[in-house]
Amino acid sequence: MSESSDAPLKTVPLNDEHIKLAGRMVPFSGYSLPVQYPTGIIAEHKWTREHAGLFDVSHMGPSFLLLTDKSGDAQADHEAIAALVEPLVVGDIRGLKPGQIRYTLLLNDEGGTRDDLMIARPADLAWGGTLYIIVNAGTKGADWGHMAAATAGTATLNQADNCGLLALQGPEAIAVLSAMIPEIADLGFMTHASFKWGGTTLVVSRSGYTGEDGFEILVQPEFATQLWNALLSDARVKPIGLGARDSLRLEAGLPLYGHDLDDTVSPIEAGLNFAVSKRRREAADFPGAQRVLTELAGNLGRVRVGLFVEGAPAREGATIVDEHGQGIGRVTSGGFSPSLSRAIALGFVHPNHAAPGTKLQVAVRERLQPAEVTTLPFVPHRYVRKATP
Amino acid sequence: MTVKYTEDHEYIRVDGATGTVGITNYAQDQLGDIVFVELPKVGQKLKKGDEAAVVESVKAASEIYAPVSGTVTAINDALTGEPGLINTSPDADGWIYKLSLDNPGELDSLLDAAAYTKHTA
Repeated sequence: MSESSDAPLKTVPLNDEHIKLAGRMVPFSGYSLPVQYPTGIIAEHKWTREHAGLFDVSHMGPSFLLLTDKSGDAQADHEAIAALVEPLVVGDIRGLKPGQIRYTLLLNDEGGTRDDLMIARPADLAWGGTLYIIVNAGTKGADWGHMAAATAGTATLNQADNCGLLALQGPEAIAVLSAMIPEIADLGFMTHASFKWGGTTLVVSRSGYTGEDGFEILVQPEFATQLWNALLSDARVKPIGLGARDSLRLEAGLPLYGHDLDDTVSPIEAGLNFAVSKRRREAADFPGAQRVLTELAGNLGRVRVGLFVEGAPAREGATIVDEHGQGIGRVTSGGFSPSLSRAIALGFVHPNHAAPGTKLQVAVRERLQPAEVTTLPFVPHRYVRKATP
Repeated sequence: MTVKYTEDHEYIRVDGATGTVGITNYAQDQLGDIVFVELPKVGQKLKKGDEAAVVESVKAASEIYAPVSGTVTAINDALTGEPGLINTSPDADGWIYKLSLDNPGELDSLLDAAAYTKHTA
């Protein structure tokens, strides 16, 4: 997870809080961030699955794309901003309802993935013609440059990565946050809204990267510490570092950009078919559509699978081997599952080897260990969905 | 009984011609939760600096090297079921393997407790 670079590390608004909590600070995507606190990754991971974990994800790339010439008609302005963004992504942005969030992918012309991201339509009609877009930390510069170039003269991209971005995740997250902001309980999974709190406005999404119910909260930098400490003052909440963030998302079967997704991997290879919205499939009007639609029709060379691994964890880069000892793929994320107390991995293999139950092997330190393809997620998601109004 | 240390954070506790090898409290704290240990085989001959075991934390695998040359005489099978013993008791229950020393003179090249403390300061 750590990356080395000669550039000085950037700090997040909560840097002093992490140090006070004795977080172990490591370089990650150009930022100094806590990989764990003194309790350790396994305890943090389990706490999040049982109670509520608080993550600082301020290194990520929240932003707002604002239509330049607004008509004042919220629906027309939404359709206009959606029409600017849809040529870059594979999802149905036009069809977003007010407040709705969609997970989508920025593709290159070959149908490879430039990034995976969230695009949301504000709930407040006064914000018609705006999209709230959250991209990954390691790709934010390139993504924003790409989006700004594609919308030059017609929209303005406002980067909000000076803000705090906190994630509160786990089954008790709803009780904790609704004690502070009762209206939060109205949000369903993958919706968001703005809320007044403590003299500022928070943008709260019911979403996350752990497989649990939870929230992601954008906060002005000068209020980030106040919010962080207000959440931590609840005994159900503990701070959680990047290490557990990675093990939680791995158990949830969620891809990590730069590992399970990159500019060669298509949405279909990554098993993210759901992200290719029906309308966009029919229109075939997204980058790399020809490849993606050919793969969707069944002409697929590799696909992302989940593996249960016996013995030592198979890490990124480990070769996946078939029953005849032939190398057939590669692990892209792998580690130890604290919830299941066993090694799990994500990797790519030919669809002939991708059926759950297929017996494979992985090479760890030049020895072969048994592995078996399993359905994803490894640990069931527990999202709280609500009927759309 | 003397305890010596390597710069790579292994300890060897020497009792006569036998040494017990593990990783230091500093090392287990740096690695974090240990989730898997690959042990050497009894009878395996190790040269000083050879990879003797692998300790895996949630995040990464770390090689454990032989502090001195010798032959493995015992391994801590308890670590197979409970690798976290290295975290909770690195100096006692979390030992990794024992070896009979080929050349006790090799111990002189290792750090003593004071030098190791300085090394990790």
